[in-house]
Amino acid sequence: MMEILSCTVNGKPVEVGVDPRESLADTLRERLGLTSVKKGCEVGECGACTVLVDGTAIDSCIYLAVWAQGKTILTVEGLQNENGELNPIQRAFVEEAAVQCGFCTPGIIMSAVEIVGSGQQYTREELRKLISGHLCRCTGYQNILNAVERAVNEAHKFVGKSTDA
Amino acid sequence: MYDIASIYQAVSVADAIRALEADPSALVIAGGTDVLIKIREGKLAGCRLVSIHELGEELSGVTQAPNGDIEIGPLTTFRGVTFSKIIRGNIPVLGEATDQAGGPQLRAAGTIGGNVCNGITSADSASTLMALDAVLRVRGPRGEREVPISQWYKGVGKVDLAPYELLVKIVIPRDNYEGYAGHYIKYAQRSAMDIATLGVSCLVKLSGDKKVVEDAALAFGVAGPVPMRATSAEAAVRGLPVEQAVTAIGKAALEDVNPRTSWRASKEFRIQLVEELSGRALAEAARRGGAAI
Amino acid sequence: MEVGRELFRVDAVDKVTGRAKYTDDIRDGPMLSAKILHSTIANGWVKRIDTSAAQAMPGVVKVLTCFDVPDIQYPTPGHPWSVEKAHQDVCDRKLLNRRVRIYGDDIAAVVAEDPITAQRALERIRVEYEEYPPVLTPEAAMAPGTEPIHTEHPDNILAHMDLRTPMPESDFQSVEDVLACPAYHRFQGRYATQQVQHCHLENPISYAYMEGGRITVVTSTQIPHIVRRVIGQALGIGWGQIRVIKPYIGGGFGNKQEVLYEPLNAWLTTQVGGRCVKLDISREETFQNTRSRHPIAFDVEAAVDGDGFLMARSCRAVSNQGGYASHGNAIVANAITGFRQLYLDRIGHHSEAFTVYTNIPSPGAMRGYGIPQANFALECMMEDIAREMGLDPIEFRLQNAMPLGYVDPFNGITCQSTGLAECVAKGREFIRWDELRARYQDQTGPVRRGVGMAVFSYKTGVYPISLETASARLILNQDGTVQLQLGATEIGQGGDTVFSQMAAQAVGIPTEDVHIVSTQDTDVAPFDTGAYASRQTYVTGHAIKQAGEQLRGRILSYAREMLPEAGALDLRGRDIVDADTGEALLPLSQLAMTAFYSLEHSVHITAEATSHVKNNTFSFGCCFAEVEVDIPVGKVKVLRIVNVHDSGRLINPKLAEAQVHGGMSMGIGYALSEEMKLDPKTGRLLNGNLLDYKLPTAMDHPELTALFVETDDPSGPFGNKALGEPPAIPVAPAIRNAVLHATGVAVNELPMNPQRLVEAFQKGGLI
Repeated sequence: MMEILSCTVNGKPVEVGVDPRESLADTLRERLGLTSVKKGCEVGECGACTVLVDGTAIDSCIYLAVWAQGKTILTVEGLQNENGELNPIQRAFVEEAAVQCGFCTPGIIMSAVEIVGSGQQYTREELRKLISGHLCRCTGYQNILNAVERAVNEAHKFVGKSTDA
Repeated sequence: MYDIASIYQAVSVADAIRALEADPSALVIAGGTDVLIKIREGKLAGCRLVSIHELGEELSGVTQAPNGDIEIGPLTTFRGVTFSKIIRGNIPVLGEATDQAGGPQLRAAGTIGGNVCNGITSADSASTLMALDAVLRVRGPRGEREVPISQWYKGVGKVDLAPYELLVKIVIPRDNYEGYAGHYIKYAQRSAMDIATLGVSCLVKLSGDKKVVEDAALAFGVAGPVPMRATSAEAAVRGLPVEQAVTAIGKAALEDVNPRTSWRASKEFRIQLVEELSGRALAEAARRGGAAI
Repeated sequence: MEVGRELFRVDAVDKVTGRAKYTDDIRDGPMLSAKILHSTIANGWVKRIDTSAAQAMPGVVKVLTCFDVPDIQYPTPGHPWSVEKAHQDVCDRKLLNRRVRIYGDDIAAVVAEDPITAQRALERIRVEYEEYPPVLTPEAAMAPGTEPIHTEHPDNILAHMDLRTPMPESDFQSVEDVLACPAYHRFQGRYATQQVQHCHLENPISYAYMEGGRITVVTSTQIPHIVRRVIGQALGIGWGQIRVIKPYIGGGFGNKQEVLYEPLNAWLTTQVGGRCVKLDISREETFQNTRSRHPIAFDVEAAVDGDGFLMARSCRAVSNQGGYASHGNAIVANAITGFRQLYLDRIGHHSEAFTVYTNIPSPGAMRGYGIPQANFALECMMEDIAREMGLDPIEFRLQNAMPLGYVDPFNGITCQSTGLAECVAKGREFIRWDELRARYQDQTGPVRRGVGMAVFSYKTGVYPISLETASARLILNQDGTVQLQLGATEIGQGGDTVFSQMAAQAVGIPTEDVHIVSTQDTDVAPFDTGAYASRQTYVTGHAIKQAGEQLRGRILSYAREMLPEAGALDLRGRDIVDADTGEALLPLSQLAMTAFYSLEHSVHITAEATSHVKNNTFSFGCCFAEVEVDIPVGKVKVLRIVNVHDSGRLINPKLAEAQVHGGMSMGIGYALSEEMKLDPKTGRLLNGNLLDYKLPTAMDHPELTALFVETDDPSGPFGNKALGEPPAIPVAPAIRNAVLHATGVAVNELPMNPQRLVEAFQKGGLI
């Protein structure tokens, strides 16, 4: 039996038929074509499916789609601004060589959006903890941390101005 | 896609209880971080669910009652507990414990109520709630009852909760936290995204000169089939100078625990951890309480 | 210079925007869903399968079992085909198997309208087994009377090698005589490594359908052309009947250098009328049913003279192959070879290796291909010898290390460049070795610190053990840019970026003007055996260089037609220039347009080249680590760590550094936490998920430092040599040696997890 899910996805109101058995990751990938949302474990252990729900990073594989009713969802597809420019976090990932196979990348970027959006600065150790819900086998997290740290620092310098996220 | 027969999305606590009474084999799903995984594993495949996920207004949040008791809504996420000003100001040890569950995304979705109701010995909040002698307020069709946490655990994965009941509050009585300092050690193989090999939570109340242990509460996760208090260790250190207590508590705790060998860790290894980490937990708790140690 | 530029990855923007498409992201209309029934025993036979209840379920399209599959045994490793029968891979499995050889063996498959129906149908299949006790260790497998896991190998030994280096000028009869000689210090040791997994974030996944009477398989693989060949072998059809498409993949690390489930997927589509069937392997299946790193046990001996020179060594390695041959003996053969090559034996060397079938999940290729295991044994041994004899561990290593010009007596691989000593000097300085070795000398107390190091060598590609061949194709576009087509694959390592840089360098244009076709489609991609053995920058690099030089020659000859009066011509940047003055004479774009559309002489300027590489060379490097050991609770914290690599000339230093970080991370997990744990009673994998398998998180790592010593290798297309695999090699022994320095306790088995360390410290009297 299908249900209608009404929510906001990447800034746009969406009404979509969902099977109540499906995860939010299923809905975003299969019904809305947002394939940045990756599946690496389907049990909340790898973080590849991370999206923001009302501004909070969650594993969308263990979040039922029907719970998103009325909520605001953000995925990597929603980060570029209207001119098509990369979000500063995306740019930092490109420039810091934080991307390798790219499978964990969209999820970590979404956690970084929440981290940067908090408006706080963090120590390196705090950043390690904040991205510890993501597994990556390619990078040793080194350049990912560099990218997140840079994005946080850049945003911090421009407090008061809105970021694309 | 989860193999779920049906899901009922409750609109209120009363509605959830009605739904559970109508279908006693239905399972409650809150944050989903536990139940959905078991469905996928096949353990709960084909189940009927009553979702309380959206009952945040009734079931989420941390408040302080006029008598000073701290009341935690069970739908409060791990993160919600950790960042609660009330918890930080009064029972920081509990916030530290919930801050060590899984990773950030899990802590944003998983709830303290789920952590208590799944009855798992490794639950990160459980040993601290044991040390705090928390009281669990449960509501059913015929009203509420309160269960001291010492009576809550009935066996592996089993708690004192009827199929038609919901946990509605976790209460920390004022006397159980006021004047105590605490420390929780999650010992696991990884520093994140892990389950505890051993969880140790220690609360301590020091004498006015901060030199003597007036009272101590020591609780473990994974030292037995369910979270447990180490009552003989507590008795052994009451009245001892802090440094002596730190030295004595580990050995004394061995009287209380009954860890088993599993593929995750041997009994002997867990015993070594119990002995070593009890002292470390007490030392740090005492330090936070003002002891010069 | 395009080679050596620190360019951003060519695929980075697509990956950070979510536009890079991986197998599961490419929609191709309606798909059926396939799921595999895995055995619930590790050893035995399927006697009967009752599929009637499953078949009767609405939504189930087809249920197929091990009684239905073609009677063809086929190989799975991603090796090049060998025209010599004796060198071909072991054909020891069918698409679904009646003979159960691992827990979770593939015995039936369901194709259904959706994954839940497929899953429920699996649960309705009834299987009757004849069961044998699981055999999990080589010792048990080789014991007399043990049931053969493959009838072709009654003693369960897949292969046994015994290699002795020639000792023509020696008075000794054998290496054993040298080892027994009282004039030398004799060392004996035993070191063992565990089974670990790749843990690429994207699980293996494929979908298959038929079109024009042929089978198309879209799959997450490192080796599309080999996948095509093996599907042909497994189904008994012409290789041209198959088309394999490889989009972006979410990591491979060797697991996808194996033809895992593509043949089954290809067969399933043929059984449902060519409809599209998706076969999505779960994380749990990936752990239990795909490949891993071999557990290998090493018994080693060495004879060392009073000046600290190695006179002779022996190494006996026993490799646990699990239920299927996969890469077979090649891995332990590489291990004993790597063990031998890194250091010279003044008199001789004796190695012996066994590859033994058991019922554990079958290991296969994994980053380093046997060398991380061998290097652990070797670098523990070198440390232990230095300690026993009171030698400086670094000097001891360097004075015995492979020199420039070394030629392997068996395979002829030659050391054509080495920066090993410079790497060690750099690492030593970074970690502050001399200061810390002294400072941490005599510690007491529960928490102690130490520093340790290890060095390694690693060959580049598979020549002369196997064929090394690669092709590249370049096509000039109308605007003066070029398309680059390869059969070599981007698997996350940055291949596409460095290939583009190489092509730009060879043609003489900016990398920005090279458009690489990232997806391999075997119908159009030139032949290449794929991403493994750290070979692509070396072997494919030669093909790119040749094709690039060809294209450049063709462009310049067309330029000559257009500029008959000009002096010597050259292509620089985006212009044809006067070679002497550098003056721009003709934009390349104008030349390209003319070549396409000229009414006098239209020519599509393209180039294609095959490089058949008959050469090899060694990469070198080292790891230095500083650790803090919390003795009572068995915890090791890596405080600082550095890898220093000589991989020849770096094509893109920033990407090289990133690749080293990843290898170091893998090495840290190998050292301290990762291990596949099996139930001794059933052979079932106990921790086959990412919660119970301890892949390090960001909180489990220190800052990772990667440094380089750039040599210019004469055999590399651009002075480059192997880089992909080496970073994972020296980390575990460096950490082990640091723990030894801190505590005096030598841990000879991996991983050095808390329980093992507590047991070792208790035994060593520290607890």
